[in-house]
Amino acid sequence: MSSKPKLALYWASSCGGCEIAVLGLHEKILDVAAHFDIVFWPCVMDAKVADVEALDNGEIDVCLFNGAIRNDDNAHMAHLLRQKSKVLVAFGSCAFGGGIPGLANLTSRDQIFDWVYYQSPSTDNPQSVWPKPHVKVDEGTLTLPTFWNTVKTLAQVVPVDYFVPGCPPEVSTIEAAVNAIVSGTLPPPGSVIGPDTTVCDECPREKNMKKIKRFYRPQEVIPDPNACLLDQGLFCAGIATRAGCGARCPQVGMGCRGCYGPIDRDLDHGAKILTAIASAVDANTPEEVEAILDTLPDPAGTFYRYHLPHSLLRRKELSAANGSNGQAKPERAEMVAASGGRP
Amino acid sequence: MDDRRVGVYVCHCGHNIAGTVDVEQVAEWAQRLPYVAVARHFQFMCASTGQELIEEDVRELGLTHVVVASCSPLMHEKTFRNACQRAGLNPFLFAMANIREHASWVHPNDRDGATAKAKALISAAVSRVLRQNELEPIRVNIHPATLIVGGGIAGIQAALEIADAGHHVYLVEREPSIGGHMAMFDKTFPTLDCAACILTPKMFDVGTHPNVTLLTYSEVENVEGFVGNFQIRVRQKARRVIEDLCTGCGTCWEKCPIKVIDEVFEAGLGYRKAIYRPFPQSVPKYPVIDVENCTYFRTGKCRMCEKSCPAGAIDFDMEDRIIEFEVGNIILATGYKLFDCRRIPQYGYGRLPNVYTSLEFERLTNAAGPTGGKVTLRDGETEPKSVAIIHCVGSRDRNYNRYCSAICCMSSLKFAHLVKEKTGAEVYNFYIDMRPIAKEYEEFYHRILEEGTHFIRGRVAEITDAAHTAEEEGKTIVVAEDTLLGRQRRIPVDMVILAAGLEPQADAAEIGRMFGVGCGTAGFFTERHPKLDPVATMTEGVYIAGACQGPKDIPDTVAQGAAAAARVLGVISQREVTLEPIRASIDESRCSGCRICNALCPYNAIEYLEAEGVSRVNAAMCKGCGTCVAACPSHVITGAHFTFEQVMAEIDGIMVDVYSESPTAPLAEIMA
Repeated sequence: MSSKPKLALYWASSCGGCEIAVLGLHEKILDVAAHFDIVFWPCVMDAKVADVEALDNGEIDVCLFNGAIRNDDNAHMAHLLRQKSKVLVAFGSCAFGGGIPGLANLTSRDQIFDWVYYQSPSTDNPQSVWPKPHVKVDEGTLTLPTFWNTVKTLAQVVPVDYFVPGCPPEVSTIEAAVNAIVSGTLPPPGSVIGPDTTVCDECPREKNMKKIKRFYRPQEVIPDPNACLLDQGLFCAGIATRAGCGARCPQVGMGCRGCYGPIDRDLDHGAKILTAIASAVDANTPEEVEAILDTLPDPAGTFYRYHLPHSLLRRKELSAANGSNGQAKPERAEMVAASGGRP
Repeated sequence: MDDRRVGVYVCHCGHNIAGTVDVEQVAEWAQRLPYVAVARHFQFMCASTGQELIEEDVRELGLTHVVVASCSPLMHEKTFRNACQRAGLNPFLFAMANIREHASWVHPNDRDGATAKAKALISAAVSRVLRQNELEPIRVNIHPATLIVGGGIAGIQAALEIADAGHHVYLVEREPSIGGHMAMFDKTFPTLDCAACILTPKMFDVGTHPNVTLLTYSEVENVEGFVGNFQIRVRQKARRVIEDLCTGCGTCWEKCPIKVIDEVFEAGLGYRKAIYRPFPQSVPKYPVIDVENCTYFRTGKCRMCEKSCPAGAIDFDMEDRIIEFEVGNIILATGYKLFDCRRIPQYGYGRLPNVYTSLEFERLTNAAGPTGGKVTLRDGETEPKSVAIIHCVGSRDRNYNRYCSAICCMSSLKFAHLVKEKTGAEVYNFYIDMRPIAKEYEEFYHRILEEGTHFIRGRVAEITDAAHTAEEEGKTIVVAEDTLLGRQRRIPVDMVILAAGLEPQADAAEIGRMFGVGCGTAGFFTERHPKLDPVATMTEGVYIAGACQGPKDIPDTVAQGAAAAARVLGVISQREVTLEPIRASIDESRCSGCRICNALCPYNAIEYLEAEGVSRVNAAMCKGCGTCVAACPSHVITGAHFTFEQVMAEIDGIMVDVYSESPTAPLAEIMA
C-alpha cells in the first residue's frame, strides 16, 4: 500500500466541467498524482463504488465532490464519501450553491418530466414513457434513483469541511486549494477557499458613479473596453460575487455571472446582487424604476443563476410551482431540516 | 455562559401597556431568557423612580446590559441611555423594546396575543443588546461664522441677531437688494404701520454691520462639509458696476434710455431702467446692469451710463466672481413665491384687465409704487367704485394647494381697509372661512366689519366680463354661491383682487438637496420636529426660518429668524459639537471600490479615494441612515449600533418560542 494520502473525486448532478477544470491543471496534475493516491475518480479512472465501500471510514484523506444533490443516488454517494473521507470539499458552484441545476427549484419534478418526456418539441414518446424508480420486467425489478423535487447543495445533505467556488473553479483556485491541502495550511473548517472580497477588487475596469438608465444585453452594445460594465448598463454580478477568478469574464467584456457565489457573511447572494443593482438604478418615480428593471430579462435566473438552493429562498414554493397544494408541506419540512448545514 | 448580565424592565405605562399586556407574566418569563440576571415590572419606567431602579441594579447586581420594554425609542431612548450612563454603563449597551406602539396599542382586544408579542419583542431586544458595543460620541469643532441664504425679513432678522452677538455672518441674496417680499408691501396688518418704515432701518443695519458680509446678486453654488465645518462656494453675478467707486447717485439710471417693465419689484405694474436698483432704499445702494435689455450689450452702442457716471464706476467687462468661505452653521431663509393666478383660468387673471393679484395691489397702494399710492384701474386714472377681494386663491383647494396659506385672510382684510380708506368704494370679501388667529387679528377683523365691508361666504366660481343685465355692462362680475344665503350671487365690480396663496420657491427642492434638507408634500422645507424643533432640520448645522418652512406672516417669520439665530448661537457657544456615534464605516481593506455606495448617500458623506481604489465614509457627515450598509455588495460597510450581527440577532431573538418555559432563540447557535 502507498503511504501517500488518498484522494477521491466525484461528480454528482453536474455537467462535467469541474472534472475538465481539474484536468486543466495540465502538468500540475502530475504533482497531484505525485502527492496523492487517487482512489476514486469515475471520470478518468476505473474504480467501482464497491471499492469505495470496501475502504475504512475516514480512509480517504480528501474528497473533492462536485455536482448538486438532486436524486437518491447523489445523496447516497454524498453520504458514502462523507463517511469514508476525512476532509470533504464541496467543489464547484453546484456542490457549493446548487449551480445551474439549482434553477430547477423554480419549478418541480412533475413540470420537468412533463417538459422533458412530453412537451418539448424534440420529444417523440408515443408510449408515454415516464421514469419510475421501480419497474418490473421479466428478469426482475429495475431501479432508478428517485428524482427529487428540490435540488440541494452538498452541505444541505452532509456536513462539508471546505468550499471551492466556481463554475468551474479557476485553475488558480484549484491550485490554491490543492496547495493548502498539501501543505496543511487549510483555513478553519467551514471556510470557502478564496479571498473575502468581490470581483470588482480584481477587475481593472475603471469604476464610476453608478447611474443606470437602462440595461443592455451583451449583443446590443460594444462596451467601452476600460469602463466598468455596470456603469455602461451591462449586468455584472461582480460587485457582489467572491473574487478569486481574476475577473476573467468582465475583462473580456462579459459581465460577471456570479459563479464564485457569495462572500462570507452574505446569507443570500441573489438578494445582495439585486440590492446592489437596484441601488445603481437612477430613477425618480416608481414607473421609471419599473421601466428600467423591465430591461433586465429573467431576474430570478440572473440574480440566482448559481446559488438558488443555497439562498434564503431555497426554492419556489412547491404548491405554486405545481399549481396545487399537494406536496407542499413535506417538502417544506425537508427544507427546514436541511437548514442546519449552511456554510 | 460568560459573565454578561442583562437587566430587563417591563413598563406598565399606567394602563397604556398594563391594560392589555400581562406585564407580570412577561417579566417572569423574561427572567428565564439566557443571560438575564433580573427582570422587573414597574408602573412608570420613565419616572425618576423607574430610572433609579435601573441605576441601582447596574451598581448592585453588576448588570452589563439593560433592556427597557416600554414605548417608542423616539420617546425615551435618551432617557434610559442617560440612566445607564449615570450608573457608569456605556449608554449604547442599552436596548429598547417597544411594547406599547407595537403591542398593547395595536392589539387592544387581544390580551394573550399582545402578551406573547411583548415577550417576542423583549427576546429580540435581549438577543440584540448582548451583541451591542460600547460607543463613544464624536466631537467636532465649530467654525464661528454663519451662512444665511435669503435676505428677506427672516434672513435679515437672523443676521442681525448673530452679528450683534459678535459672530460673523455671510448673508447671500439672489436679487440685487435685500428686503424680500416685505420691501414691496405698503402697510402691515393688523397695526397698519408702513412696511418700509420698519424694514429699511434693519436693512441699513445689515448693510453696514461690521460682522456682516453682504453678498447680493449672488447664489450659493456648492456646499460641502458638515456641522461646524461647511465649505461654501458662492457665485456673485457681475453687477457691471464697481461697488468701491459707485456712490449710488442715480445719474446712470436717469440717463439710461431703456425702460423695462419691472416684473420683480413692481410686480409688472411699473417700469425700471436697464441699469437700475430695485427701489430707493435698496441695500446695497449700487445699481446693476440688466444685460438682456441693455442697448450696449444688445448692439454694442449707447454707453450712456458709462458716459454720465461721475465716479467712473461702470465696468461693462465685469465678470461673475466666485467667493469661497467656511462656516459652522447655515440658516435657509429663502422665502416663498406667489401662486400663479393664471393657473385658475376662470378667475380671468391676465385676461380681464381689472383683475389684480395681491402683490400687484400692494404695489398699487404703495406710496412709493407706480401710481404713487393711488388706487386706480389699469387705465391709471379711474378710481374703482366697487372692489371684490377673493380669499384662498390657489389655497385650500384640492386642484391646486390643499394647505391654508395663513396670511391671505389678514392681507385681504388689510386690502379692504386700504381700498375703503383711499377710494370709499364698496368692498366685497369672498371667503371660505375667516382665520384671523393671531394676537389682535380678530380685533382687526371686527374693525373691518364695522367699516362696512361686505363679507360673502363662498368660494368664487367665476370672474367674467359677460354681462347678463344692463347694470353689469362694462363691469367685472364675480359669480359665487353665498353659502350663508344659500343662493348664487353675481356681484358686478370695477376691480378684483386675488389673494394669491404662498408656494415654495420654484427651486426649493434643488436648494434642499444642496443643503441636505428635505421637502414635505407641499414642497416647503421639512423641520426636524413640527412642534418641538421647528427651525432645525434633519441635517445638523442647517436651520430654516420663515416662509421657506411653510406659509407664515411677518411676526412668525421674524420669530423664526430669531429662533434660528438663537439655535446657531447656542451651537457656536459650545465651541464643539457632539455627534451621535451611530455612523457607517467602511472596512477599506476589503472594499472592492465598486462605487455602488457613492451616489446613494443622501448626505454626500462617502468619498471615493481614487489612488487607493476604495470608498470612505466621513463620520461627521454621516447620519447613520444605513442606506449604504444595505447596498454594499461586499458587506464591508458596517453601521455602528446596527451591525449585521446585531440585526440578525434581533431577528433571531424575535423568533423565540414565546410559549416555551425555557426560551432560547432558534438560530442562536448559528449566530454565536
